[in-house]
Amino acid sequence: MTVKQLSVFLENRSGRLTDVLETLGAENINITSLTVADTSEYGILRLIVSDAEKALQLLKSNGFSAGLTEVIALSIPHQVGSLAKILKTLSDNQLSIEYIYAFCLGDKAIVVLRTDHRAKAFEIITNNHFTPVSENDIKNM
Amino acid sequence: MIWNETFECMSREEMRRCQSRRLVDMVERVYHNVPFYRKKMQEMGVGPEDIRGIEDLPKLPFTTKQDLRDNYPYELFAVPMSEVVRVHASSGTTGKPTVVGYTRKDLATWSEVMARTLTAAGVTRHDFVHVAYGYGLFTGGLGAHCGAEKIGASVIPISGGNTRRQLQIMHDFGSTALACTPSYALHLAEALMESDYNRDEFKLRVGTFGAEPWTENMRREIEEKFRIKAIDIFGLSEIIGPGVSSECTCQNGLHVFEDHFVPEIIDPVTLEVLPEGADGEIVFTTITKEGLPLLRYRTRDLTSLDYSPCRCGRTLVRMKKCFGRSDDMLIIRGVNVFPSQVETVLLEMKETSPHYIITVDRKNNLDTLELQVEVKEEFPFDRISELQKLTDRIKRTMESALQISLSVKLVETKTIARSEGKAVRVIDKRKIGNRE
Repeated sequence: MTVKQLSVFLENRSGRLTDVLETLGAENINITSLTVADTSEYGILRLIVSDAEKALQLLKSNGFSAGLTEVIALSIPHQVGSLAKILKTLSDNQLSIEYIYAFCLGDKAIVVLRTDHRAKAFEIITNNHFTPVSENDIKNM
Repeated sequence: MIWNETFECMSREEMRRCQSRRLVDMVERVYHNVPFYRKKMQEMGVGPEDIRGIEDLPKLPFTTKQDLRDNYPYELFAVPMSEVVRVHASSGTTGKPTVVGYTRKDLATWSEVMARTLTAAGVTRHDFVHVAYGYGLFTGGLGAHCGAEKIGASVIPISGGNTRRQLQIMHDFGSTALACTPSYALHLAEALMESDYNRDEFKLRVGTFGAEPWTENMRREIEEKFRIKAIDIFGLSEIIGPGVSSECTCQNGLHVFEDHFVPEIIDPVTLEVLPEGADGEIVFTTITKEGLPLLRYRTRDLTSLDYSPCRCGRTLVRMKKCFGRSDDMLIIRGVNVFPSQVETVLLEMKETSPHYIITVDRKNNLDTLELQVEVKEEFPFDRISELQKLTDRIKRTMESALQISLSVKLVETKTIARSEGKAVRVIDKRKIGNRE
């Protein structure tokens, strides 16, 4: 029920993000989502791509500091208040979230989150009939 | 003013006789009491009977910081521990510090040479000596302290740090003489200029500054900004601490207290003794020390010696300001730092590679050290909090190993150039210690 996310450690140097994107583009890897968490010294680039394993090998062999992380992705309606509803359910169940981001695709939106309490997260998802997104779903987007 | 005219102004001939007598006695002591030296001398085929006077000094073996480390902590001491009344320590090349021990007589010698140092700077019993060197295992604080007490000055043992308080005490207590590192002196001078205090309400007139290299430009800056006379002093804990040599108010070379510490200049590569006036590494033999007497200790500091008499009346040989080092030791805020110490710590951590770059700079007259460290490929890179924790842990471990504060910057795997021959691991932006 999880999705592999690519996490890349990047120093704050100009051109570094372009290097990553060009490396992936050259091998025909498509990017579904991209976010950067930044500090004053470095950033962590988080990507969901068409082929996470291949992308990881590619980046490592090109000298990037990268790893894979299992994250949870949920599909929700692209409507006012729908994300708040989900988050309220999670917080009512005391699920702590490491980080979260979201993106829209037509009338749907995808919410990606990382939690250290995955089993509990799955339980909440099942009990509340949320719609998880699989890796295959992402590839077909 | 001269504290001890008998020794500071004796003829060269008398000085050589005094040194000869003391060297013969010292060699006798180390040969019989320090197995390390006995073995070394036996290997070289030299016995105490071969040392008749100071001209025989080059027959004796050298001592290095590595020797002190190999004999950690007390193996080189020449007296039973019951005779040792104090120990100090400074950073070693790797994890372990360099330990030095003093007998009661050694402490008296130290007070004597520091009394000479302060007197050479014009300090008297009427002065208030503000000691802003750190107190503790570092020799700076207690060394200056005991010398100032010996001349009968009023000592203010404020120790280092807390600049606002330093200024308040200096102002309220009427400090007239300052003892600290030159970079801290400049920092204090600038803090004073930026403060609400009026310089005219301060009584400060002179400073004795040492424990780190500094330039003539820096001296002028301190003198102008603080409106004091800035005197350069030199020392290292292995020899005694501060008080090995000191400028007089002529500010033209540092008089070596050579009736206690005999200097030689050697070529750091061939180890040959160089002729008078030549540039090379300065080596000291501590002819009166009891606790830790050292034969021909290699300081790694580069300088030269001038035996001509000084206008002040002292006949003691003068060494130039040191212009560099013959090893990779850095002096940061008065603390000795070896790049190998950084490597030792990194090798013990699982998350980092042993590749690093040390960048030393001077900001607002205080030395800064930034350490760039590579994170290993296997590190789970996803969470900022994990990276932050790692940064903090490296910082804490390094600070405790190096005894100075520093900043840590994580860099991408394999971005630090791998060594091909001699790796550049240190970038020193301070531009000090160079020839002027």
